[in-house]
Amino acid sequence: MRTTDTGTGGGVDGDAAVPGGGDGAAKGGSEEARLAREAESQLSSLSTAPGEEKLNVPSIGVVGWARWFWRQLTSMRVALILLFLLSLAAIPGSVIPQSNVDSVKVEEFQKKHDVLAPVYEKLQLFDVYTSVWFSAIYILLFVSLAGCIVPRTWQFVGQLRSRPPRAPRRLERMPAYTTWRTEAGPEEVLGGARKLLGGRRFRVERESDAVASEKGYLREAGNLVFHVALIVLLLAFAAGQLWKSDGGKLIIEGDGFSNTLTQYDDFKSGSLFDPDDLDSFGFTLKDFRATYEESGPQKGTARDYRAGVSYWQGPGGKEKQGSIRVNHPLEVGDSKVFLNGNGYAPVVSVKDGKGRTAYRGPVAFLPQDPNLTSSGVVKVTDYKNAQGRKDQLGFQGFFVPTFGGSGSGSMFSRSPSLKYPVLFLTAYHGDLGMEFGAGQSVYQLDTKRMKQFKKSDGSPLAKKMLPGETMKLPDGGAELKFEGVRQWAQFQVVHQVGAGWALGGALAAIGGLAGSLFIQRRRVWVRAVAGPDGRTVVEMAGLGRSESARLPEELGDLAYALQAEAPPVRDRDAGDATDSAHSANGTNSANGSNGTEDDGRDQGKDQGRDQGRDQGKDEDSAEASPRGERT
Amino acid sequence: MNIAAGTNENLAEISNYLVYSAMAVYTLAFLAHVAEWAFGSRSKVARTAAALSPGKARDEQTATAGTSSGKASPAKSSSAGEGSGAASSGGTSVLERPRPEVVVRSSAGRRGELPDGPGAAAGDEQGDLYGRIAVSLTTLAFLLHVAGVLARSLSVQRAPWGNMYEFSTAFSMVAVGAYLGFLVAKKNVRWIGLPLVTTVLLDLGLAVTVLYTDSEQLVPALHSYWLWIHVSLAITCGALFYLGFVSTALYLFRDRYETKLLAGGTPGGFATSVLERLPSSTSLDRFAYRINAAVFPFWTFTIVAGAIWAGDAWGRYWGWDPKEVWSFITWVAYACYLHARATAGWKGRKAAYLALLAFACFLFNYYGVNIFFNGKHSYAGVG
Ligand code: HEM
Repeated sequence: MRTTDTGTGGGVDGDAAVPGGGDGAAKGGSEEARLAREAESQLSSLSTAPGEEKLNVPSIGVVGWARWFWRQLTSMRVALILLFLLSLAAIPGSVIPQSNVDSVKVEEFQKKHDVLAPVYEKLQLFDVYTSVWFSAIYILLFVSLAGCIVPRTWQFVGQLRSRPPRAPRRLERMPAYTTWRTEAGPEEVLGGARKLLGGRRFRVERESDAVASEKGYLREAGNLVFHVALIVLLLAFAAGQLWKSDGGKLIIEGDGFSNTLTQYDDFKSGSLFDPDDLDSFGFTLKDFRATYEESGPQKGTARDYRAGVSYWQGPGGKEKQGSIRVNHPLEVGDSKVFLNGNGYAPVVSVKDGKGRTAYRGPVAFLPQDPNLTSSGVVKVTDYKNAQGRKDQLGFQGFFVPTFGGSGSGSMFSRSPSLKYPVLFLTAYHGDLGMEFGAGQSVYQLDTKRMKQFKKSDGSPLAKKMLPGETMKLPDGGAELKFEGVRQWAQFQVVHQVGAGWALGGALAAIGGLAGSLFIQRRRVWVRAVAGPDGRTVVEMAGLGRSESARLPEELGDLAYALQAEAPPVRDRDAGDATDSAHSANGTNSANGSNGTEDDGRDQGKDQGRDQGRDQGKDEDSAEASPRGERT
Repeated sequence: MNIAAGTNENLAEISNYLVYSAMAVYTLAFLAHVAEWAFGSRSKVARTAAALSPGKARDEQTATAGTSSGKASPAKSSSAGEGSGAASSGGTSVLERPRPEVVVRSSAGRRGELPDGPGAAAGDEQGDLYGRIAVSLTTLAFLLHVAGVLARSLSVQRAPWGNMYEFSTAFSMVAVGAYLGFLVAKKNVRWIGLPLVTTVLLDLGLAVTVLYTDSEQLVPALHSYWLWIHVSLAITCGALFYLGFVSTALYLFRDRYETKLLAGGTPGGFATSVLERLPSSTSLDRFAYRINAAVFPFWTFTIVAGAIWAGDAWGRYWGWDPKEVWSFITWVAYACYLHARATAGWKGRKAAYLALLAFACFLFNYYGVNIFFNGKHSYAGVG
């Protein structure tokens, strides 16, 4: 943090005194370079950003290479490139179907593109966000981030411990500057400045002839919090992926569920998931209600779904009542139960030729369109045919909650609400094929080894039924009765790990970001030196990390406040603040009229303390005049 | 949220009339802006060129406010050059304590000292009159616009941003509101007027034709107070990012113009006439940066709010749905831009291209994803 002085001290004046600099432009060049360096050293000392490393390829050794690699990785440039790559790498995942988002679409895609699909498969393009290359990018990015945060944190702690940097010798070279003369003595002015700056929560440090102060450390703190929070967020997200479990279960009104693996219809889990992690709970779907728009152009669109449940938690837990709606999952332990879908389950009973009930129960039919035209199958495994031999029955068909009427000629539902329910079935007998291939879908009928029942005229047997109606089978007295309708609801049970951490990380990131973006770190210096005329020359300068209109404004405010205690002298001879402020402009020194004031000011201030300074000033004037002539 | 309440068709119709009226008034404002630019072109100020050429600078010292001349001298300019002239001639015996003069030195080199352009009217009285008329008309149109959005909201008794028609109308409403807000806060933003009104007309035109959807209740997934938070924030962020985008785009033109002048070239007549009247590249760049930086935390929160909502609605807070992917990409792109500016020292054009890219991602997320992809977010009702 002491770069300040070396930047403005002897080395600088040495530059200005480079011999043989007869050419004004060359000298001006070095002057400009000097200013640039001066500003740079001040600015970089205001930032905790690590310096950019040059691409210096190490000469030897594994250690050398490792160190080189580490430097590259934690450099700003590489961080930026990685960040950019991350956004590029995310794109394919939005264009190509992803198996963790919609596996059905992935299968469709694979069927359609037999050349492309294997290539995509190899490149992990169906699993972009878990792919090796995507992971590589963000892991590198976060290693880089960690490698960046640690040194910056130490640096920041160091800054908090150290004192605000000393006032540069030439305050007028800082981005914002003001000066005036006053009758008040230097001690008085500096005392006032100290109080003023301290009162505005600057960290203040008194020097021999100046006060140095700095403010806005929260910017760095915010920035560090932001970057650390990103790491927390990532870890929480990763933990969530590794330990999460996510299962689906379709439940018909009246049925129950308890949270064990075998109960799920489908189940996905992260690679570190352990079935023992499943929360112990269960629930029964007592009733399900759906509300639909009854009129208008969006007639039939859903307005509300509500599943009434009674649930228990823990072995022997008491039953509690609850409801699950879209956007309002049921939370039990670490698990959440979401309502995902719904439909109808016709209740049917099947009797064989002997009048014995072979099957009875609700069968969930799956919706095919927004009006809940649903399709489904009824499988009867325990059936004896007219001859008393073992046989199996399969029914296949549609259910509509609101039938269009016999004249409509179509089996499409008119509305999702239950107004005119009709069940339409055809029937098969033979081998359902249940013993082959485990996991046969309960929603599909494999008719390969089955024969369709025919009517007496040879056409396939089919029947439309209202509740209470039956379908007679040409197999003795066998019949299927459509007894009624129940609703079913599809639930998703999610066990999410680390969501709280992710949320905390995200909120901390936002807070840190706000601090880092809205707070400016800036320094203000006040110097007061007795002049030869007995008055005190006060100089104030400000330096901010980024150029902003606020800094000059703030400096103006501070100066204004300080002038209450050190009022500027306004008489003509001394020259008012305006003039002296203007004299900081190189231009004015060329036109000579302010010359005396300038000299007075310089002498007053320097008092031999800074020999190089006048020299520098002379250089300025020397440069200015030839230019003046040129124009 | 009253589910059972149907939609009030009357109010919906009134809303449509209001939006159409707003469009009519925006069109008038557009014409007035065009007149402002046309009349402004009569006055031939070339401040930038003047500030850059040492000879002329001398003649125009008052105009360029204490700008120092010459190649080698450090760039210095007094923030209150004009005021200082008044202070020294007007005498120092004012009762109020005068504010101290602060000398500002820009580290941007000669660029930093270029003065802002005079605005579209360029000091031409008639042009300025048209400009004022344009601003008044924009204000009137804005009020109609707000009334239209409110009526729509009342007609369905919910937040007026359930589908793309409603997003679009709200989006341009917020953009205009922000612009007027800046004007009220006395910020130098009148130069945005013409491009803004033009795009607002385009946006509303698209909304009432291609994207129009009848006023309706929402699907259950949208019944959540997160709709208010998440979507309204997204719309606001988008509108403000848009202002930053306009500023960045103009910055690129103006920057090229200044570079040409600095290299001693003579830009074309049209470019000179238009670009000369815009703020300096430094001001445009700074305006864009401020907006983007200020909006970024809010955009971050928008995404977080979306994730919380998704956690409640779909059982996972992040699932790489196309909309989520593109929000993420947009976020990373803006982070890249801020990062580049804050640390890598990528000021100027390179950073500006990043900002343009970031906004392009935002736009794509907004329109592209709704139209081309089929994700969970696709209930937005594209006509
Ligand atoms: C996950 C990836 C990252 C994201 C999204 C990110 C985002 C950001 C953002 C938005 C800012 C702007 C805040 C400001 O202007 O102050 C910023 C600043 C910064 N970042 Fe990062 N960053 C990431 C990784 C890194 C890495 C890997 C490094 C170190 C190599 C780093 C070092 C810094 C530094 C030094 C600053 C600015 C400090 C200052 O302005 O004084 N960041 N970052």
